[in-house]
Amino acid sequence: MGVKQVVKGNFATAVAAKLARVDVVPAYPITPSTLFPEQISQYVANGEMDAELLLTESEHSAMSAAIGASAAGARVATATASQGLKLMSEMLFIASGMRLPIVAAIGNRALSAPINIWADHSDTMAERDSGWLQFYAENNQASLDLMLMAFKIAEDHRVLLPAMVGLDAFVLTHTMEGVDVPLQEEVDEFLPPYEPVYTLDVNKPMTFGSFGTPAHYTEFKYAQWEAMERAREVIDEVFAQFEEKFGRKYEQVSEYRTDDADIIFITMGSVSGTARAAVDRLRERGIKAGVAKMVVFRPFPFERIREVASKAKVLAILDRAVSQGLSGPVFADISSALANVSDRPLLMDFIIGLGGRDITFKDFDDMAEKAQKALKDGKVEQEVNWVNLRTELLGGE
Amino acid sequence: MDKITLGAVNTEPGSSLNYKTGSWRTMKPVLTPENCIFCNMCWQYCPDSAIEPADPKEKKPIVIDYDYCKGCGICVQECLANKNVNLKDALAMVPEEK
Repeated sequence: MGVKQVVKGNFATAVAAKLARVDVVPAYPITPSTLFPEQISQYVANGEMDAELLLTESEHSAMSAAIGASAAGARVATATASQGLKLMSEMLFIASGMRLPIVAAIGNRALSAPINIWADHSDTMAERDSGWLQFYAENNQASLDLMLMAFKIAEDHRVLLPAMVGLDAFVLTHTMEGVDVPLQEEVDEFLPPYEPVYTLDVNKPMTFGSFGTPAHYTEFKYAQWEAMERAREVIDEVFAQFEEKFGRKYEQVSEYRTDDADIIFITMGSVSGTARAAVDRLRERGIKAGVAKMVVFRPFPFERIREVASKAKVLAILDRAVSQGLSGPVFADISSALANVSDRPLLMDFIIGLGGRDITFKDFDDMAEKAQKALKDGKVEQEVNWVNLRTELLGGE
Repeated sequence: MDKITLGAVNTEPGSSLNYKTGSWRTMKPVLTPENCIFCNMCWQYCPDSAIEPADPKEKKPIVIDYDYCKGCGICVQECLANKNVNLKDALAMVPEEK
């Protein structure tokens, strides 16, 4: 059994890095992830953590250093958010292409312009094609747990891909919650040391990050594709091992009151708790609603989403990001998951909670009302719906 | 045929020597050895280290390594024998014939 502590989300991810015995933490602090390198620097200064903390001159350099350290065989963690993740973007693809199991905690925050520091999934959603595994935490306990599990999944030799754990800006990163912090010996039993396949070694020189001509490039990308596919079963295995060891259950998609539901809300991140409470309220009024929370977004949980879809008449998909000119990214991916399913539910996209706007029970009432209308009409009039849009602000010059 | 490795790691040090990269050439520099003045300007400027330097003491002229020469012509441009009107040209670019 661990020790109950009341901590912020950023502390939860930092303590996870300490418990994982991370060797190198290259970081360039950015709101709302600043507390992560601060906490690590305290651990290192106090001698509680035997790690190299590299404070770099930019996020691009932080990820570059992470790649070098990981190629040298170190276990590496970092944290960033928003614009910082954008500056890392080029190096994210190199980390995944070089098959380096770096783990990053991302304090999900909106992107400029206009500048905004609050909760939003635009930063990680824009990196959904970067070849990184993506996990989304609902609370601080999940931030810690997913961070620990991310190392084990990423470092599995069937996978060897980097992983990011998203925790919503401020709602999680800066909010105190009771968290069960596992004991070091428990984590040591759960998470063995990282065993790299190749390492940078002056006594045995090798070329890392080499050239790939048209004759080979496709096969390297296919090898990454296969690793991502294999990650599905590794995730299930590690989630099961974690539950056995620590007693906390994780699933790629967690369902709540979905069995007889007409309307199922698809959520990610911190809004999931609000969604479950909103569903209870809707049920009291006779509206059969449920929630399916996506914990894993890459690899995309196709089979689980199809199972959820088979139970519902309407999928109300909450998107805390928007792909301008298309829809929300989660809606787009779920649509593709159901493209060849003949008996699929109606799909509705709800753009919600951008730039930290609160997501309330009233928002769920509004979404449920629209979903019920679609259910009654048997068709979706408007696929992409902007929730709680302040229309009185629009039309200015 | 060799299989691809994890993350495109190349485990064989110095393996670039296995690849002759001079085949891209359309023009090549040709030396007239008796006109070489052993100044080694071509060797200094060659961007591909495709020139073996001359030895002035032994009066041994430069040697061009056509396995790696890309035919850029910088050696011909920098050749001091070529620049000096009182000397005969030592290097000339000629079309590659296959």
